[in-house]
Amino acid sequence: MNVLLALLFLMQQTPNSLPSDTTEVIEVVRPAPPTDVIAMDTPNDVGGSVSVQWEISEDDGKGLNNVILYNVFRGQSEEGPFDYIGTVGAGRTSYDDQTVEKDKVTYYYILKAQTKEAVESEASNVASGKAAPQWFHHGRWNILILGILFALFFAFYIRMAKGKKLFIRKIAGLDAVEEAVGRSTEMGKPVLFCPGIGYLYDIATIAALTILGRVAKKTAEYETRIIMPNYDPVVMSAAQEIVKQSYTEAGRPDNFNEKDIFYLTQDQFGFAAGVDGIMLREKPGAIFLQGVFYAESLILAETGHSVGAIQIAGTDRVTQLPFFISACDYTLIGEEMFAASSYLSRDPVMLGSIKGSDASKVVIISVILIGAILGILGGLNIGPFGTWFQSLVNWFGRG
Amino acid sequence: MRRQIPLILTFLTGIAIFIAFFIPHKPFNEVQDILLDWAIIIAGFALLLGIHSLLRKHITHIKKKDGGWGYSLILTFFFVGVFTVGIISAIQYKGYSLTPGSLLYFVYDYMVIPLSATMFALLAFFIASAAYRAFRARKLNATLLLIAAVVVMLGRVPIMENAFFNFLSRFSDWFMFIPQMAAKRGILIGVALGAFAMSLRIILGIERTYLQ
Repeated sequence: MNVLLALLFLMQQTPNSLPSDTTEVIEVVRPAPPTDVIAMDTPNDVGGSVSVQWEISEDDGKGLNNVILYNVFRGQSEEGPFDYIGTVGAGRTSYDDQTVEKDKVTYYYILKAQTKEAVESEASNVASGKAAPQWFHHGRWNILILGILFALFFAFYIRMAKGKKLFIRKIAGLDAVEEAVGRSTEMGKPVLFCPGIGYLYDIATIAALTILGRVAKKTAEYETRIIMPNYDPVVMSAAQEIVKQSYTEAGRPDNFNEKDIFYLTQDQFGFAAGVDGIMLREKPGAIFLQGVFYAESLILAETGHSVGAIQIAGTDRVTQLPFFISACDYTLIGEEMFAASSYLSRDPVMLGSIKGSDASKVVIISVILIGAILGILGGLNIGPFGTWFQSLVNWFGRG
Repeated sequence: MRRQIPLILTFLTGIAIFIAFFIPHKPFNEVQDILLDWAIIIAGFALLLGIHSLLRKHITHIKKKDGGWGYSLILTFFFVGVFTVGIISAIQYKGYSLTPGSLLYFVYDYMVIPLSATMFALLAFFIASAAYRAFRARKLNATLLLIAAVVVMLGRVPIMENAFFNFLSRFSDWFMFIPQMAAKRGILIGVALGAFAMSLRIILGIERTYLQ
């Protein structure tokens, strides 16, 4: 019994925690730092930015695999001190320091890898770089060269077109403009022109306004009312001027009614509802849906179809073209819309620009064919074609 | 002169934008932002013109009691109502009229969004009626369209899991990525070149229809 009591006494005296003068030793394993850090001026910018690049840490995605991010530090001398300026995630190998205050001043950069436990690596090597503005965007050489080449084609064909008759294939949708306005006139119904929900800076809206000019001239000649609800008040103002001028040129300025070219709303579906309402109330004989359209395209085109109007649509939005093709009598597909004013005016200079556009298309098709051939031969590892193909892709993909 | 000044302005603006695209250096990098600021200011004032045009048309309808003048009355009533609500909310929330909890936010959330959603939902019926017309196999083109549409629809939403529907699914992916994409890119190249040609015509003053 005494032995048992002695044992209990000893157990009570045995400490269950470390004595206060003992410290727990936790082994901290630092990740490897990123290597080969370099800093350089960010290319093709206005200055005020230095790009830092590096090789990832040996513990980023491999080794201990514990790096979750890199901290970037900047200093004004090689020895420091270095101030924290930003963080990027693991796996990344570059950082653009856009907080550089002065161009043409050398700044020094170091990086540290960091783990989930907020343990930082040793500092990387120190890299230095200066920010500077550029006078030319070198990534856009390809656009400049192609732009100049295409502009030369246009200039050549415009020059060639003067005094000559150029062949331009028939565009059924544009040939039908007169028929559509004539049909409306015979039925005693108005013509509805909807410029879509684009703004005046959209090239498709400008193209729509050029078509409006021709349509308005026809409605003026036939003394038919033209109604045009607008999504954008700037487009409305431009449209009012264009229609007014068309009526004046046709010798019917008194028939122009400014109130028929009106603003509706800048809400997409509110606009669709408004135009649908106008279609159902006014029952136009011809509907022109020209310009920028999104989801409302089919709502408008189907309502137009339901009132029995002849419909001529045109847009540069590829996703809306199938809806117009399904629901409208004629559809101007993309470039046909841009060619409309030239086609309708029959002005040789304008037609020359369409020819120039066609010549540019020949160049693009040739490049696509050459690229396809090089890609196939390169894929089969025949000669240097793979390298040539890659160079071609890089040249067109730069910028 | 009435025509020459807009043409000169168009030419200068077009050239300035073109140069700014290739020169990132100051002051060229600011050209686009400055022009955008101007565009915003002009659009703000143009909105007043738009409101004037809208109200003038509908108030005339109401005065003359033209056919459907009731709709004009509703429009005018709601225009005034929402405008008032907007002003009250702007005063209440120091300019941030669409702050959650404001009256305008309530109007937007419980009136504008449901109405827009209703219009958008109508699209489903319009797609059905348009598809019915487009897919009637009267001609070879329409028949091909019908076959392609059925294959793509069944491939995208397979009814069951078996070898046939797996094949349709792969075929529909191939169809969308190869022939469909080729056609789409063909149209896009045409659109880009057409836009380029039109831009050149406008900048050089050859295209003047928009200035009539």
